[in-house]
Amino acid sequence: MRYSRSHDVMQRVLLITTSYFVLAYSLYFLFAGHNNPGGGFIGGLTTACALAFIYLVFDRDTANEYIRFTFPALISIGLVLSLGTGAIGFFANDNYLTQYFDYFEIPFFGEVELTTALPFDLGIYFVVVGAAMVIMLTIADDEKEENEN
Amino acid sequence: MSNIIVLPILIPVLAGSLLILLVKKHRIQRFMSGLSAIATLVASLFLAVYIYTNDGIAALELGTWPAPFGIVMVADLLSVTVVVVTSLVGVCCLFFAFRTMHRERERYYFHPLFFFLITGVNGAALTGDLFNLFVFFEVMLLSSYALIVIGGTKFQLRESFKYTIINIFASMLFLAGIAYLYGITGTLNMAHIAERLDGLDEAGALPVVAIVFFIVFAMKGALFPLYFWLPRAYYGAPIAITALFGGLLTKVGVYAIIRTYTLIFTQDVAFTHHFLILLIAGFTMLLGVLGAVSSFDLKKILAYHIISQLGYIVIGIGLFTPLAMAGTIFYYFHHIFVKTSLLLFSGVVERITGTTDLKKTGGILKTHPSLAWLFLIPALSIAGIPPLSGFFGKFALVLESLQEASYLIAFVAMFVGLLTLFSMLKIFINAFWGEQKHTNKQAQTPIMDVLAPVLPLVFLTIIIGVGAQWSFGFSMEIAEQLLDPSIYIDSVLKE
Repeated sequence: MRYSRSHDVMQRVLLITTSYFVLAYSLYFLFAGHNNPGGGFIGGLTTACALAFIYLVFDRDTANEYIRFTFPALISIGLVLSLGTGAIGFFANDNYLTQYFDYFEIPFFGEVELTTALPFDLGIYFVVVGAAMVIMLTIADDEKEENEN
Repeated sequence: MSNIIVLPILIPVLAGSLLILLVKKHRIQRFMSGLSAIATLVASLFLAVYIYTNDGIAALELGTWPAPFGIVMVADLLSVTVVVVTSLVGVCCLFFAFRTMHRERERYYFHPLFFFLITGVNGAALTGDLFNLFVFFEVMLLSSYALIVIGGTKFQLRESFKYTIINIFASMLFLAGIAYLYGITGTLNMAHIAERLDGLDEAGALPVVAIVFFIVFAMKGALFPLYFWLPRAYYGAPIAITALFGGLLTKVGVYAIIRTYTLIFTQDVAFTHHFLILLIAGFTMLLGVLGAVSSFDLKKILAYHIISQLGYIVIGIGLFTPLAMAGTIFYYFHHIFVKTSLLLFSGVVERITGTTDLKKTGGILKTHPSLAWLFLIPALSIAGIPPLSGFFGKFALVLESLQEASYLIAFVAMFVGLLTLFSMLKIFINAFWGEQKHTNKQAQTPIMDVLAPVLPLVFLTIIIGVGAQWSFGFSMEIAEQLLDPSIYIDSVLKE
């Protein structure tokens, strides 16, 4: 990944504006995933795209000041969240990965269906964002090291 | 209650994910990972006892989706035994790694990757559908790609590149094979496939699919002629990792062959089993052992022996009779114990002398007698000397191939046994007898702490050999269960 080192105003404005839309879309995908096309995987990939835009506009060090995640940790948290949600079945005497859902009345939103599939999907989302970012940043680092040598 | 089927997969994967967070904290990481490995072993033993006392088979429908539609985990006698042995070998290799692995290497995610590898192997053993078999293969292989380059020497990078390429190619073929099978049967659940193919008069395209699958598993299991990547790829990695790979990874390929060739591809036994597998088994044994005879490096000899022993394991599937299958099962577990312990011992030799080149070693018997005698036990066992475990596996396989009038394969098996003995003696004579070639300072190297993790494996090769009445009876039970696919089908589809 080649970071943009020029001060191209058009590019900058365009990428930053786009990243807002992409981030919003990725959240939409994540929450739509239960009953419609979408889900944690596609949402995660879209988020990773948005983050990649930010890394493209600024260089890595500047971007890291704003995006303060250690991405491998994100993978770990996501995995534990997903697997842990599945393990509810252990305590409820159901099969592993059984899904539970119910309808709740929440002020302002009205009747909402809450499912355990959501934290599961959220876990997938974290894993995908983490993995995609680790891959991109590691490959980008290779180039940096080569330039320094 | 059948939720415990998923525990041997769940514990390592949870441990692996948590260990990612602890990768910089040396002590806590080791403590956690030791604890989780033991927890996995306990859970596997628990599962094995549960399965053994309850009909010998159980299936778990994940997410309560009914069988042919949802994902099923199936634990029968073979898969729970594989899971127990995997977890045990995992514990031994992990504790060996604690004593031998460089701290620098551990920092590159050794522990998380180790647990993901165990997850993959256990998952492949317990899964009930072909696509998840593929997924767990990938989990296992992806972590093995990373483990095999830990340390990042030039040699490792070069050899692991070949390893990665050939395995990615095999995975691609695997997917193609699954697609063929799905095209023919319209399902991926192994029990459902078996049910739909049952009583088919004409084999049609199935032998082709069978061969595609065989090529895939033969690549992963290092059978002739696709074994060339193994000796050098395994040579470069740190010894605890090599031992883990040598003990487990190739066996998963063989496990998949056993599973698919007893459950699914039984239409044209005369061609796929009696001809193809036996032919491949013969060549694998012969060429593997010739490679071992021609090399003069401890680790390399042992790596070539993995190949030739895999040939033995496959014979039983080729003969496809209860006794031969029992021989295969017995040999399978014998081989895991013996090969892992031999490879770990070669790591101890390397620790003492700093080399595994047999020309530069000698006289270890005088300075470290305990290592020498302990090495001799699995060495004799692998060569097939009674009363150790190797003898009974070989005996059953040779006996059955004579009874089935496959004289050639029986001859090759005995000839290869002879050459195995020869190369084990070559190791013993050159490394342990003779003049002491390591310095006196090296002779003071303490080794008790690294020998201890290997002891359970050595002990087991003696136990299953001396107690062959019991252990072979158990193998017979597994074999009979395998050769009657209706048990598997009924338990999964609940009919």
